[in-house]
Amino acid sequence: MSGQPLLEVENLRIDLDIGGTRFAAVQDVSFTINRGETMGLVGESGCGKSITALALIGLLRHPLKIGGGTIRFDGHEIQNLPASEMRGLRGSRIAMIFQEPMTALNPLSPVGRQIAEMFVLHKGASWKEAESLAVDALASVRVPAPERRVKDYPHQLSGGMRQRVMIAIALACGPDLLLADEPTTALDVTVQAEILDLIRELSAAKGTAVLMISHDLGLIANMCRRVGVMYAGKLVEERAAEDVFRSPSHPYTGGLVASLPLLGARARHGRKRLREISGVVPPVSAFPKGCRFNPRCHASTDRCRAEDPVVTALPDGGFVRCHYHE
Amino acid sequence: MKFRANLVIGAVLFAGVVIAGIFAPWLAHTDPVMDANLMYAEEAPGSEFWFGTDAQGRDIYSRVLYGARISLTVGIVSQLINTVIGVCLGLSAGYWGGWWDDVVNGLTNMMLAIPSLIFALAIMAILNPGLTSLLIALGLTNWSFTCRLARASALSLKSQGYVQAAKVLGYGDIRIMLTQLLPNMLGPIIVIGTLGMGGAVLAEAALSFLGLGIRPPYPSWGSMLSDARDQITTAPWISIFPGLAIFVTVLGLNLLGDGLRDILDPQARTRRA
Amino acid sequence: MEASYGAIIMNNPSADTILRVEDLAVHFPLGGGLFGGPRRYLHAVDGVDLELKQGECLGLVGESGCGKSTLALTILGLQEPTRGRIVLAGHEVSGDGMDRKARARIAQMVFQDPYSSLNPRQTVRRTLEAPLRLHGITTASEIDERITEMLGRVGLRPDHAERYPHEFSGGQRQRIGIARALILEPKIIILDEPVSALDVSIRAQIINLLLELKETLGLSYIMISHDLGVVEHMSDTVAVMYLGRIVETGGWQSIFTNPRHPYTRALISAIPDPFKRSRGDKITGEIPNPLDMPSGCGFHPRCPEARDICRVPPVPELEKIGASHFVRCRRVREIAAPDVPLATTG
Repeated sequence: MSGQPLLEVENLRIDLDIGGTRFAAVQDVSFTINRGETMGLVGESGCGKSITALALIGLLRHPLKIGGGTIRFDGHEIQNLPASEMRGLRGSRIAMIFQEPMTALNPLSPVGRQIAEMFVLHKGASWKEAESLAVDALASVRVPAPERRVKDYPHQLSGGMRQRVMIAIALACGPDLLLADEPTTALDVTVQAEILDLIRELSAAKGTAVLMISHDLGLIANMCRRVGVMYAGKLVEERAAEDVFRSPSHPYTGGLVASLPLLGARARHGRKRLREISGVVPPVSAFPKGCRFNPRCHASTDRCRAEDPVVTALPDGGFVRCHYHE
Repeated sequence: MKFRANLVIGAVLFAGVVIAGIFAPWLAHTDPVMDANLMYAEEAPGSEFWFGTDAQGRDIYSRVLYGARISLTVGIVSQLINTVIGVCLGLSAGYWGGWWDDVVNGLTNMMLAIPSLIFALAIMAILNPGLTSLLIALGLTNWSFTCRLARASALSLKSQGYVQAAKVLGYGDIRIMLTQLLPNMLGPIIVIGTLGMGGAVLAEAALSFLGLGIRPPYPSWGSMLSDARDQITTAPWISIFPGLAIFVTVLGLNLLGDGLRDILDPQARTRRA
Repeated sequence: MEASYGAIIMNNPSADTILRVEDLAVHFPLGGGLFGGPRRYLHAVDGVDLELKQGECLGLVGESGCGKSTLALTILGLQEPTRGRIVLAGHEVSGDGMDRKARARIAQMVFQDPYSSLNPRQTVRRTLEAPLRLHGITTASEIDERITEMLGRVGLRPDHAERYPHEFSGGQRQRIGIARALILEPKIIILDEPVSALDVSIRAQIINLLLELKETLGLSYIMISHDLGVVEHMSDTVAVMYLGRIVETGGWQSIFTNPRHPYTRALISAIPDPFKRSRGDKITGEIPNPLDMPSGCGFHPRCPEARDICRVPPVPELEKIGASHFVRCRRVREIAAPDVPLATTG
């Protein structure tokens, strides 16, 4: 395994244009993903996790655009890559799956053809070859009777099946990096578990690195080796998955963990009143001054209100962005 | 507030026509029907007769002003009738569904299959020509589009949480339709209503032109156009000004409708980036 | 043979039962008939017996197509049942038992989506006032009092009453929805995924609020949720639904520490455990097409413990296997109980 990380993001800034004014929807975001590693990005609505992923794959459109920072993929900077070159990367080396497969799949084209397209476009296969490769691809994502399913249209498949098709399309050309934006949020719990297992196994088998995005802290901690917590456009904490739950550093993470009713907690400790985080998630146009979490933080001081904390490295790896971290 | 050209221009034009109609008696120079002096027949526009005179020597300017009253009355009242019929049928059909929906749909399909102008023509041929008959004819034949619109809105709104909540709170069906559904579908209906007014003005002009609407000597823009047929090349102003009046009114109503559609768009949901 | 759950509910209603559902079925006709072949029916709810005791929270759990939403709508009167009885606070409401207004004073609902559950053209005051007027409370002072009191109870200020829904956040809108559900002082509230559409960091606020209100106002809840963590936290009893039937029901502790139906166990083990990577029982496959119900036990195509006896009709009964613990599975006694609790935290 080569020592160089697969993906290095440094001080990424993404600007959002609202009625002529530019707001930094994502700011100072830096993280790395090594080859074959699974990393999670967790946060609520408005934290910027989805648009960060879109920036990585070059899918930001007006009114969003990259406003600064570097994205280094396999050693090369890609944040300013011209569209044609980005298209070459997309699908073959960086792939993405989304929350709602129905909108990501072409409703007018049989799923087999949509998978086959990947082989034709990126691997130069003929349509005939590509179609048989598509059947293999469906089999690899455990779709039963794949030779029959290739002819189905997206609307004929269930939500779980469609998600599998999307994964097959994404992994068809063996990309180095898979971006998964809330891939299971719209699915039933039992189907969700299967899809997560599938992603886990396929990425391990092919050595694909995965950036998993979700608002579900438990899911991320379970799936990923390392976790980045985003709040209001900034990465406030980045730790190993087990540490995020057992000993969260940032008050936001700590607040989240304490506020979630986790399965098994009541059986152990009885029903305790959940610890609330006061206030609401701030909108992009009104991020607080100083530390963006300060209005909701139980321990905020004047310093927090005035000064935006910088990144502090933590002894066991990872970092936190807080003046008074644990 | 952004300057919305559509809305402002449309409103100004429409307001202009309304004022012309309301204040016609004070703004006009002559009586539109009685003051006919063959001595001044077919005079070109000048300082005395701003828009010239017609073949009977009547002041076109005054006739155009009075004509506004007729066109506006027809436009507004007939469209109102259309809207009420369309909303009642469409809203109830969408909300209740079932056999009533089938009946309304069948009726609407029938209405849409018959060109509304021909239908109105047929009705006018049966009734005596005149303003009331015109209102009835136009009012009863143009509700299909509003009906479809109201039905589609009702269908999409009835599954909203607050409508179900109203049922659970004990509201009766009629109350739900009037207080929960109707206020939330007004936007598109008002827009269609405004555009429909323009259509009604045109329809009145057409019918009067054909002699089935307002009969001469009453100054309807349509009948004025009809009268001017023979003089189109010799005294074009006799047809130009009524024609311009129709154009300005319908243009104003269309722009107004467009502008209203922009404002009345349902409030954008709180965006969560 | 232990008595079935349905029989127990029908024959031994306890004094503090506030809602009883007996053999409720809701079948939707789909196509077929006259020229299209045999009439087909979607068995959205297929013979459900339920009992809700005063002051209790019953958690209704299941995945899409299990019928939990249809069940809720039927209890509230928004859906006609095909068969069965519903008894609300002692009054039989199935059939033409009760009109909308009377029912409204007993059972109310909090909706899932705070962005579509409030009329955007009405102020909060109007939304809360109209039901009061409808039900005969018309004096301005009394209306004012009730509205102010209710807003306070859900954590909002009196001046919030003059605002429109779009001026509020998701969490605040949900609070308004709760206030609306409570304004007629009902006894039963059906909560349909009350926090799933809310940001994670504010869910705790609403969960705590709902529990408080239950205590102070003596309410009884039926809570529909797919989030097992929330269900475990809030419920006193739990019912697990699959393909229109209840497959397991019992006290929250029995269900979460000693689940006996393979589906319940699969549901619980499907929740990603933040502290472990492994998973317990896995089930494969998709929820079958509810128009083609498997024979016998509807779960057998996906059940890791299925044997021939499971595929044979009739549908197994909900049998008692412990104090207030009922399971719909012919092989329940042969399948070993989990010896390690399936879910752990830290």
